[in-house]
Amino acid sequence: MGEVIVITSGKGGVGKTTTTANIGTGLALQGKRVVLLDTDIGLRNLDVVMGLENRIVYDLVDVIEGTCRVKQALIKDKRYDGLHLLPAAQTRDKSSVSPEQMTKLTNDLREEFDFILVDCPAGIEQGFKNAIAGADRAIVVTTPEVSAVRDADRIIGLLEANELRNPKLLINRVRHDMVKRGDMMSIDDIIDILAIDLIGVVPDDEKIIVSTNRGEPAVTDNKSLAGEAYRSMTRRILGENVPIINLESDEGFMFKIKKLFGLRAN
Amino acid sequence: MLLDLSKIFGRSKASKDFAKERLKLVLIHDRANVSPQFLEMVKGEIIKVISNYMDIDENTLDIQMTRTKSEEGDRIVPALVANIPIKNVKNSGK
Repeated sequence: MGEVIVITSGKGGVGKTTTTANIGTGLALQGKRVVLLDTDIGLRNLDVVMGLENRIVYDLVDVIEGTCRVKQALIKDKRYDGLHLLPAAQTRDKSSVSPEQMTKLTNDLREEFDFILVDCPAGIEQGFKNAIAGADRAIVVTTPEVSAVRDADRIIGLLEANELRNPKLLINRVRHDMVKRGDMMSIDDIIDILAIDLIGVVPDDEKIIVSTNRGEPAVTDNKSLAGEAYRSMTRRILGENVPIINLESDEGFMFKIKKLFGLRAN
Repeated sequence: MLLDLSKIFGRSKASKDFAKERLKLVLIHDRANVSPQFLEMVKGEIIKVISNYMDIDENTLDIQMTRTKSEEGDRIVPALVANIPIKNVKNSGK
């Protein structure tokens, strides 16, 4: 039986879709059978981030409405074995799907896949309710900004209210240099405020934009710091005890740099 | 006050500290999910009861809604945190 993980944030633009793409690809690279489920109906983007936009025939709403079977709508990613995408509909809206229908769909997908990653839309309305309906656990994405942390706090409250206990926090786009000079909240500052467990920290990395330009998740890029962060997060999701490298300590940062050079030399 | 001190020492306060302070304040209200009037009512009742037994400093009294990990540790629950400075315990309460 597969596991359903929802990736959510409240605020838009903090990296939910990028996170879904990278963790999903990371899990597939670890040999898992994975489906990425885009629930942002009307504003789909997981397809372009994954570079699969040209292969869409059917979408989530087609499956829900019975226009096609689930298997017909699933896009198999030929680059990464075991990875699939179920795209959102672009010309419909969030009310096309109900939480009950989502729960049924994710339960059906559990039979076939090890992981179902649900990319949640921004906001706390219908789209959010649909996305969390069938989930077993949740990853809350935030960035070190007051607006994103505030919305993350609200989302954590709503997840708890919907019986999704113990959500995990992903802090995205951390800039080591700014944290060091006191112009960005540190990991500890954010944990202190939100009071939930951390699953990962992703540094701000230009390579994310480059990889999105190409439609290839950064997790596959050995030279990307963000990619490295996603790789270790993937292993954490699989239950491995991988320490979170603290970007705030120089030792950790230099260690990473050295490691990078090491990889380059190979 | 803090600001003035840091000016004397020629260092301005780190901007992340503003972020933290502002966030903490705004989250108290977000989390409470109750009106400020409701919180004032609770505050008034608490003061009334405690005043029967001790003199308290109403000016520095602080009551807020926050969030904490539950006893079992696997979930987060809302909590009402009160910091009530006591001036004197009344004789009747001893």
